[in-house]
Amino acid sequence: MDKTVKTYKPVKAKKTYTPTQCVWGFLKYFSLCFFGFIALLPIVSCVITAFKSDKEYQSTSVMTLPKNWLNFSNFVSAFTKANMGRAFFNSLIVMVVVLGVSVIIGSQLAFVLNRFKFPGNKLIRNLFFFASLLPAVAMQVSVYNIMGKLGFINHLYGYIIMMCGTDVISIYLFIQFMENIPVSLDESAIMDGASYWTIYWKIILPLLKPAIVTSCILKGVSVYNEYYCANLYLQSPDVRTLATSLYVFVGPMGSKYNLICAGVIISFLPALIVFILFQKQIYSGIATGAVKG
Amino acid sequence: MSGAGSFKKWITSRKVQQVLIVIGFSLIPVALLMIFTYIPFGEMVKFSFYKMKYTTPVQNRQYVGLRNYMDVFRRKDCFGALKLSLFYMVGALVQLVLALYLATILSFKVKGGNFFKGVMFFPYLISGIAIGFIFKFFFTRGFVLDTVLQWCGFNLADLPYWLKDQRVNNWSLVFTSVWRYFGQNMVLFIGAIMSVDSELYEAASLDGANKMQQFRYIILPSIKTIVTLNIILSITGSLSAFEPPYVITDGANGTGTYFVIMNRIAHTSQKVGLASAMAIVLLLIIFICTILQKLFFKYVFRDADSEDESYKAKKARLKAEKAAKKAAAAGGAK
Repeated sequence: MDKTVKTYKPVKAKKTYTPTQCVWGFLKYFSLCFFGFIALLPIVSCVITAFKSDKEYQSTSVMTLPKNWLNFSNFVSAFTKANMGRAFFNSLIVMVVVLGVSVIIGSQLAFVLNRFKFPGNKLIRNLFFFASLLPAVAMQVSVYNIMGKLGFINHLYGYIIMMCGTDVISIYLFIQFMENIPVSLDESAIMDGASYWTIYWKIILPLLKPAIVTSCILKGVSVYNEYYCANLYLQSPDVRTLATSLYVFVGPMGSKYNLICAGVIISFLPALIVFILFQKQIYSGIATGAVKG
Repeated sequence: MSGAGSFKKWITSRKVQQVLIVIGFSLIPVALLMIFTYIPFGEMVKFSFYKMKYTTPVQNRQYVGLRNYMDVFRRKDCFGALKLSLFYMVGALVQLVLALYLATILSFKVKGGNFFKGVMFFPYLISGIAIGFIFKFFFTRGFVLDTVLQWCGFNLADLPYWLKDQRVNNWSLVFTSVWRYFGQNMVLFIGAIMSVDSELYEAASLDGANKMQQFRYIILPSIKTIVTLNIILSITGSLSAFEPPYVITDGANGTGTYFVIMNRIAHTSQKVGLASAMAIVLLLIIFICTILQKLFFKYVFRDADSEDESYKAKKARLKAEKAAKKAAAAGGAK
């Protein structure tokens, strides 16, 4: 890689650019910087404010840089006020269980729907398809009533079960992916005397790995950021998730933006770290999820 | 002994195993689907004919016939709220064009491309509530946006109150929605553009095609389907616009979209019957839109196929089209 760059560099330097190329080049970087700036501005202003002391926040303009970049007192007090340690733990549990369960039941259902012909196969597919058309917010009008009857409100397990139940995208993904796994693999395993469970567990599930990664990314993002149902069903303080823990700041603390910004930053910090570590996987997950989902 | 043996033989026979595995594997997901989608759906239809609260015991619910449905159309705040969807539709189109433009830039070699891509995508990973706080702060009088505009030479006295002034507040909310999702759309388009065979670009530039021509004749045909699909999805998406007003203004000052109003009627004023009727009216509209979109794909798109479409583009398109249908289904879930 390095070698080619070295050998080609002098050639490139001599290359003359036509006016259109110059304009295009300028436009290209100008647009990138402009929209990059717009994308960053709200977040950067948040970071600046989070490091300001109360006095500084009240006396300086919002875009003035803080005097002390090591002033973490807002972060500490936001973390304790919103009980974010507990909230982080709750979010982690919800995410791990929901992802685990939906991968298992989603892949099992996809396996059955894709590999067996049985009465009701088409019906189940259609039921799932139609369910995907119903907007979640509208459904909560009556799901709320059912959750109440089941005694699921204000319990983490109730919320988790509900989140597992409203999963359509990963089932589509798995079915789509399974269509490309040759049936001859199953058949030869059957010849060797394997049971269907063995086929699912030892052959299909390992081969589904790329689809599982994609579905975990898509589902993970939506579970981590889900706040509407979390707010509806997890009201008491000790079952709040990371997203809804921020609701503490609504009301009397509503104008202490230095504190709020710190809370907001803590809430997206885990996502930022995961994003930086797994950029490539996340991009490809989003892209394939949209095409194949 | 022989009874146990034949039972074992029966249980391990292929036919029985198939039945067991089919039932075993589909029981839980289908049960969950019933409990959290179809039973509530049935209840919702039933509720829409009653005047009731969540806490009203069954025998005290008052049957009102179609009055809830009539109220949906009669009340000023209900059906009228749907016109706010137009703002979100415009926003969705702007978002699409922007995402397509930036995706085209970033699909070719660009210095710092990865950085820009990351910066523009990251807002998608922030939760709705956090976004609510960030933008309440952003739009507050004299705060972030006003300060930046003052740098650009605007006078603070001339600037509107971004979230209160009814002339601009819906656009402010649409802006946050675009801010949040354009990066995700862009990544999606980059994925689609990257899936085009890179030899096509090389061949095109050897033939002297400029960037504009490459975009027009190579990129656009191969991502036509996904773009059209996104345009159509944005219609249903705008009808059910909910998040920006819910987290930022809570529907105050004329920013309440249909779902925000519905949510308030259901959970604050506890008029469950009316809220159910609202939900069902919108579901019907969305359902009709989905059918129209299916028909659109079936007829309009097939006729639009041009003869000179290259083999590769055609193959890619067919693949994308097939996938897009599935995506239409999954996308509706959002």
